[in-house]
Amino acid sequence: MNASLRDRYDLAFTLYPYARSSDQDSASPVRHPVVIVGGGPVGLAAALDLGRMGVPVVVLDDHEGVGAGSRAICFAKRTLEICQRMEAAKPMLDKGIVWNIGKVFHDAGLLYEFNLLPEDGHRFPAFINLQQPYFEKFLYDAIRTEQAKGAPIQIRGKNRVDAMSTEADHSLLDISTPDGGYQIKADWIIACDGAGSPIRSMLGLDFEGRVFQDNFLIADVRMTAPFPTERWFWFEPHFKSGDSALLHKQPDDIWRIDFQLGWEIDREKELCPKNVRARVDAMLGPDIDYELVWTSIYTFQCRRMAKFRHENVIFAGDSAHQVSPFGARGANSGIQDVDNLCWKLKMVLDGSAPERLLDSYHTERAHGADENILNSTRSTDFITPKSDISKLFRNAVLSLSADHAFARPLVNSGRLSVPCVYDGSQLNTADALPDAPMRARPGAPCPDAPLGDGFVLDRLSKGFSLLGINTQIASDEPLHSISVTSKSAPDIAVRYLGDAQTGVYLIRPDQHVAGRWPTYDAQSISRALAMATAQEARDG
Amino acid sequence: MVKLITTQNLSQPDDFYAELLENHNDLSTEDSHALNARLVLLLCNHIGDHEVLQQALAAARQSGGHSDLPSTASRQ
Ligand SMILES: Cc1cc2nc3c(=O)[nH]c(=O)nc-3n(C[C@H](O)[C@H](O)[C@H](O)COP(=O)(O)OP(=O)(O)OC[C@H]3O[C@@H](n4cnc5c(N)ncnc54)[C@H](O)[C@@H]3O)c2cc1C
Repeated sequence: MNASLRDRYDLAFTLYPYARSSDQDSASPVRHPVVIVGGGPVGLAAALDLGRMGVPVVVLDDHEGVGAGSRAICFAKRTLEICQRMEAAKPMLDKGIVWNIGKVFHDAGLLYEFNLLPEDGHRFPAFINLQQPYFEKFLYDAIRTEQAKGAPIQIRGKNRVDAMSTEADHSLLDISTPDGGYQIKADWIIACDGAGSPIRSMLGLDFEGRVFQDNFLIADVRMTAPFPTERWFWFEPHFKSGDSALLHKQPDDIWRIDFQLGWEIDREKELCPKNVRARVDAMLGPDIDYELVWTSIYTFQCRRMAKFRHENVIFAGDSAHQVSPFGARGANSGIQDVDNLCWKLKMVLDGSAPERLLDSYHTERAHGADENILNSTRSTDFITPKSDISKLFRNAVLSLSADHAFARPLVNSGRLSVPCVYDGSQLNTADALPDAPMRARPGAPCPDAPLGDGFVLDRLSKGFSLLGINTQIASDEPLHSISVTSKSAPDIAVRYLGDAQTGVYLIRPDQHVAGRWPTYDAQSISRALAMATAQEARDG
Repeated sequence: MVKLITTQNLSQPDDFYAELLENHNDLSTEDSHALNARLVLLLCNHIGDHEVLQQALAAARQSGGHSDLPSTASRQ
């Protein structure tokens, strides 16, 4: 049994070596309020968020640290804002590479370039590039910092969940360790166990979707080459290393290269270093010296679970939904799952909101997953045309786009991840400030803006907050309140008022807008608060 | 709602038709298809209005004897 606890992948960082827990010596299974299965980016972020709120969490991972696998490299602004809320973003920004320019080529010609043109007055850029192992390591470091301050977070390495049975009000987990098996009980389980989710299989749940009939060779190479820090994407590249190719910079002089190989390939042959190098040589030219750091072949799919919550078992990250990586929506959406889930679970655990608040986790995040699946399916259909006619139109778009601006928006080499707006969520209160900008409508994440020496997002509380602009909030209002004027915070006025003269925003713990009004009214606020915490059924 | 024009709107129908064919004369079937695809995209952009384009797609399907909605229209 122990022998089967062999690593499924190599580690980039060993962080939480196996250590025997007292639970393993207990005569009867010890019960925990929240157990997180899987210590990937999503599981670690969930542990950090809950731990910071004082919720005791146990993370079980079948490895002892972060996998070396080369996967996510692009982390979006919203992800960084969420990590900032959890005080984990600074090292990410320090280490990450900021980029704004993307170039799209067809054959040997440059079709056009785009600039992400970040708006001024935000703490974070639109994207950073950072190897996933670093991202996970920085989350782990933040967990260590919180643990030192007393946050009740335990991470158990080489603890593999092998079976789960569900009782009336808890689940029983069978866990393998190098010392043999043991059991624990959990009131709530967050399954962050990845795309192949064993928990999902244990519950016999479906995970249907589309597999794209194509293989992508991912090669991370180390080189000190003079290429600029830009995203370069080729359709039908002249160097013939694949049907499409991508070159993108990461920290430590590492470059992500990927080649689209087609469906009928001999994986083993393609992965042999000689053949990988032949493709890379053709792309970079003969004079560039480089070292192959990591290579792998992936096929991609787009799919999601029908329901993200099954009684006391909640799915987050790749276990709940999977997308092709064009658009960098995998880890980024998993972090948004965590952001959405943790405050709700905390309120339910505290008894300050009914359990049905957790159903809104499914509604809101399934909406996010559908948006991501739609976008990455469209990108994949463009990059990997699935019929002769779709290839015909794809190439028609490409040849027109060199000469005509109208065709450029049709070129789709990945629509990069933008945060999800929870339009239509049962937690939203109808918009009472329709003249204000759409980007700050109920359901949207709050736009960041400078405030004093810092940014408005820093000033929001761990619970619900009120933001009043050019109007008074009653001094006996129990919620954490921020008051600004167009004068003291001009960017806030632009982003939150637009054509409106005054405004009051009710903001959720995950920094999404719950409701907005022209002026403060205690009754409206308390009704919206009840709505946003599922205390009240939606009227109408 | 703007309606797709399906009554006579070409100022020189015979000339247009001849020029359409002339532009394909020197092309292989494959290149002809590609030319048509570019032409469709240019014209669609000129029209711009999404509802008119939807009506055009439906009208084109109908005259070909296909139902006016593709069977894959169920995707999201
Ligand atoms: C080539 C590629 C490029 C990508 N690029 C991007 C990008 O640029 N941006 C982006 O946002 N996303 C990207 N992604 C997606 C991203 O890598 C994933 O979405 C992300 O890793 C999902 O995190 P997770 O925590 O849900 O799952 P995982 O990272 O898969 O973590 C699951 C964890 O659960 C553990 N586990 C599994 N079974 C058990 C068990 N029985 N018991 C205990 N532990 C268990 C695993 O060991 C693992 O540690 C990319 C993916 C690929 C393949």
